Amino acid sequence: MSFTRLLAVAKKEIVQVLRDTRSLVIVLVMPVILVLLFGYGVNLDLKHLPIYVYDQDGSQRSQDLLKRFQASEYFEIVGVVNNYRDLARAIDDGHAKMGIVIPGDFSQRAHDGRPAQVQALVDGTDDNTANIVIGYSQAVVQEYSSDVQLDWLHTHGQTTKPTPIRVETRTWYNEDLESSAFIVPGVLALVMSVIGAFLTSLTIAREWERGTMEQLISTPVTPFEIMFGKLVPYFVIGMIDVLVCALIALYWFHVPFRGSFATLLISSVMFMIVVLSMGFFISVIAKSQLAASQIALLATFLPAFLLSGFLFAIEQMPTVLQWITQILPARYYVSVLKKIFLKGSPVALLYADLIPLGIFTLLLALLATRSFHKRLT
Amino acid sequence: MPETPNSVVIHDLVKRFDDFVAVDHISLETHKGEIFGFLGPNGAGKSTTIRMLCGLLIPSSGRAIVAGYDVAREPESVRQNIGYMSQKFSLYNDLKVIENLRLFAGLYNVASDKLNERISWALEMANLKGQENLIVGTLPGGWKQRLALGCAALHRPPIIFLDEPTSGVDPISRRRFWDLIHKMAGDGVTVFVTTHYMEEAEYCNRLALIYRGRMVALGTPSELKQKYMKGELLLVECDPLGAAVEVLQSAPMVMDAAVFGNALHLVVPQAEPAIPQVKQYLAQHAVTVRHVEKIPPSLEDVFVSLTSERRNGKEEKAS
Amino acid sequence: MLARPQSAIVAEGLTKSFPGITAVNHLSFEVRGAEIFGLVGPDGAGKTTTLRMLAGVMPPDEGSAMVAGADVVRDPEGAKHHLSYMPQRFGLYEDLTVDENIRFYADLFGVDKGEREERAPQLLRAAGMSEFRTRLAGKLSGGMKQKLGLVCALIHRPKVILLDEPTTGVDPVSRRDFWRILYELIAEGVGILTSTAYLDEAERCHRVALLHQGKLLFCDTPANLKAKLGKGVVSIISSESRRVREQLEGVEGLSSLMLTGDGLHVVVDDARRRIPEFETRLKNAGIPFVAVRQVMPTIEDLFVDAVTARGEGAARRKESL
Repeated sequence: MSFTRLLAVAKKEIVQVLRDTRSLVIVLVMPVILVLLFGYGVNLDLKHLPIYVYDQDGSQRSQDLLKRFQASEYFEIVGVVNNYRDLARAIDDGHAKMGIVIPGDFSQRAHDGRPAQVQALVDGTDDNTANIVIGYSQAVVQEYSSDVQLDWLHTHGQTTKPTPIRVETRTWYNEDLESSAFIVPGVLALVMSVIGAFLTSLTIAREWERGTMEQLISTPVTPFEIMFGKLVPYFVIGMIDVLVCALIALYWFHVPFRGSFATLLISSVMFMIVVLSMGFFISVIAKSQLAASQIALLATFLPAFLLSGFLFAIEQMPTVLQWITQILPARYYVSVLKKIFLKGSPVALLYADLIPLGIFTLLLALLATRSFHKRLT
Repeated sequence: MPETPNSVVIHDLVKRFDDFVAVDHISLETHKGEIFGFLGPNGAGKSTTIRMLCGLLIPSSGRAIVAGYDVAREPESVRQNIGYMSQKFSLYNDLKVIENLRLFAGLYNVASDKLNERISWALEMANLKGQENLIVGTLPGGWKQRLALGCAALHRPPIIFLDEPTSGVDPISRRRFWDLIHKMAGDGVTVFVTTHYMEEAEYCNRLALIYRGRMVALGTPSELKQKYMKGELLLVECDPLGAAVEVLQSAPMVMDAAVFGNALHLVVPQAEPAIPQVKQYLAQHAVTVRHVEKIPPSLEDVFVSLTSERRNGKEEKAS
Repeated sequence: MLARPQSAIVAEGLTKSFPGITAVNHLSFEVRGAEIFGLVGPDGAGKTTTLRMLAGVMPPDEGSAMVAGADVVRDPEGAKHHLSYMPQRFGLYEDLTVDENIRFYADLFGVDKGEREERAPQLLRAAGMSEFRTRLAGKLSGGMKQKLGLVCALIHRPKVILLDEPTTGVDPVSRRDFWRILYELIAEGVGILTSTAYLDEAERCHRVALLHQGKLLFCDTPANLKAKLGKGVVSIISSESRRVREQLEGVEGLSSLMLTGDGLHVVVDDARRRIPEFETRLKNAGIPFVAVRQVMPTIEDLFVDAVTARGEGAARRKESL
């Protein structure tokens, strides 16, 4: 192997990337945009859900109940109506996710110790949200209801107030249940897929398309030197991008980082090799840049987006898809990322992810090195 | 010269792309039934000029009248009255011969009652009768060439433009093709050909040499060789060649010297007096001379003679 | 065929087929050192395929080839150190400068810095491109790109150079510069194989091999080939060439006739005999003409003659069956 030749290929590739404005934009600007986009744009939190109320009772009691809804951070009363039609329209227009109707005999019934009802009309178009809304509402009403019952017991002879069992939840690892903390680490995998696979997939195909490959293979340069020389710039760029994105996650989004930096580095290097190998392989088999970029998108970016667990939990997926994610390198990397950032897991606990990732690294690197031949078909 | 429907009249034609002048004040006229050649290297402005003449590009300034219509003002009328055969033929390779013919007949608005007659004529002319159902992509180059010509002439236009029509085709097919062209010209069709291949230019009745957007010469091939060639050409067979050429480049009677295969080509002001001078000069420099004779210049010699003068002293500014 | 020590290229029985077509059909020839050898033929004759096999980028189906003393079929990588290949779409990187392109190829061939810094300016000067070192290759004219391609191919002092149609479409002055560089290389003992579809360019080569449909038609110096033609070529200058053709078609001794712009180009069995005959005929028919004279045959004449002879030979053989 000749170091001079390898360096010559690498230098050429670097110069070409630097002089190609389109590639530069992808390389520098796009990762930052991705992180910001997913950090801010995708908000799975349900807070301050807008609700409308129709209080037919208008009593102290009904007001108490409504105050409880307002006090909860999950709800915000944004409108008061005095008929069903306006309530229905508010939900149809999307101004309210839910409408609460308190019947006229609400306080009377409560005072009499008879069961009273509260009606909730929920926007069910997004059934995920609807279920959560119903759950939150039931919790508010349940708490109110047990308080009412205790008061009644108290006013009717019970001197000691028994304490009901209350459920206290405490969330570990992502205390605020901030979805940005949940999503942003996974964005690193996405960024690497773009740099590593998408950009790299153009490199060999470009030389064939422009006609420079024929002359290149007539020189003594070896396939390994071509591959290594071409991939080194993308490797460096990719790692820089990962670093930048990690810094944005830590200092802009305040995503906690509890694990070891060394583990992050090692797993990132492994995944980088995975995506670079895939990109190179795609570039060899696709005969045009257009085909290469499309294959790269389908084979790396889309799976990383949809199936890696970065955005959508794997456990929630249909069984078939869960099986498929087992052969997706991105899945293991995303899992490692989340554990490092949020859990601070020691390496010993990461083996279940690192070993499959390591296997993929070796396999794909081998595949890529064997795929390129200095021959015209 | 009156603008009959069979002529092309170009007056001071210019085409600029930003600050690059692709066509720089070209003026010429063609006669009916003439085979007119536009000769020059790639990038000289030939294709740009043809595109203007076909009404595909608007000139920056100047005028061109093709088949009696102004290309800038009535491009549609121009296009209805011309045939155009582009480089590398622009046939549809996945269609059959007959399908290509029908397609072009439709594109050129051939009247339906004349359709079969014209298609039959095109097949006959191209010697493709009986091959109508072959897929064009499988045809040899020479056949495609003739078919492309047939497609371009289906509507019997008075003027036909051929852009590099025989690039890469074997000489026999090329000769057959040019026989067809001559036949069409004999029927009164004006044929306007562009080529970068100097030898192909010999087939044309008249030529315009184009270099960097300008017309540097105009005339029949013989006229060009006589009028535009500065000096005359000598063939010198001698040993050793390399040393001889160096020696001769500084010889006072030699305007230009170059190796050509196993011999030298010299440009001298006049052949007759130069022959003995050259022999003597070479003998003085220990070169064995076997043979010296005057040879006719080729069009390439003419071209070099015209264009190297433009470059000498002024550095070539690549576009 | 034994390879002499000074042989640059020895091809023996090279064969390559693609689906439906035999591109190169048992081709054998030899190129010596200090020689420019022309592989001539139209598109589809098999030139590019032959060059690719000799450059080691496409393996032949059958046959062997020695290039610069190395067996390029069995050990292509070993041969590549001493040869240079400039394909039709040669490998200029348009987004790199002239200098950067040269440097890249120099590094690929292991040319050390000192040698490169001495040789590159020499080559650029010969190509007339010294002031363009920092220009992006994409911004050069067609002729200069071609010359740069050649410079990149020469930077490592190859013993054999393979050129695939290097001067197609290039302006005549650049073409001349290009050939001047080639002739200077010969003096250093380099063997050059160049292909061209321009039959007239074949005249610039020391020896010429004509290819037709993957087979070798003939192989010799242009002068010998023309002498062997055994026929004469006559040029008739006349303003009424079509009438001349009508008069002379089918006349005895005439093997081919072609219209040119000024007149006709005619191949006859014996020029000295036929010229006065033609003149008499034309005068009697009242057809004006400027001249009827013998000219040198062109390579194209040779080609047409050879191919038609083959066709006739095949037809004759068919008839005799």
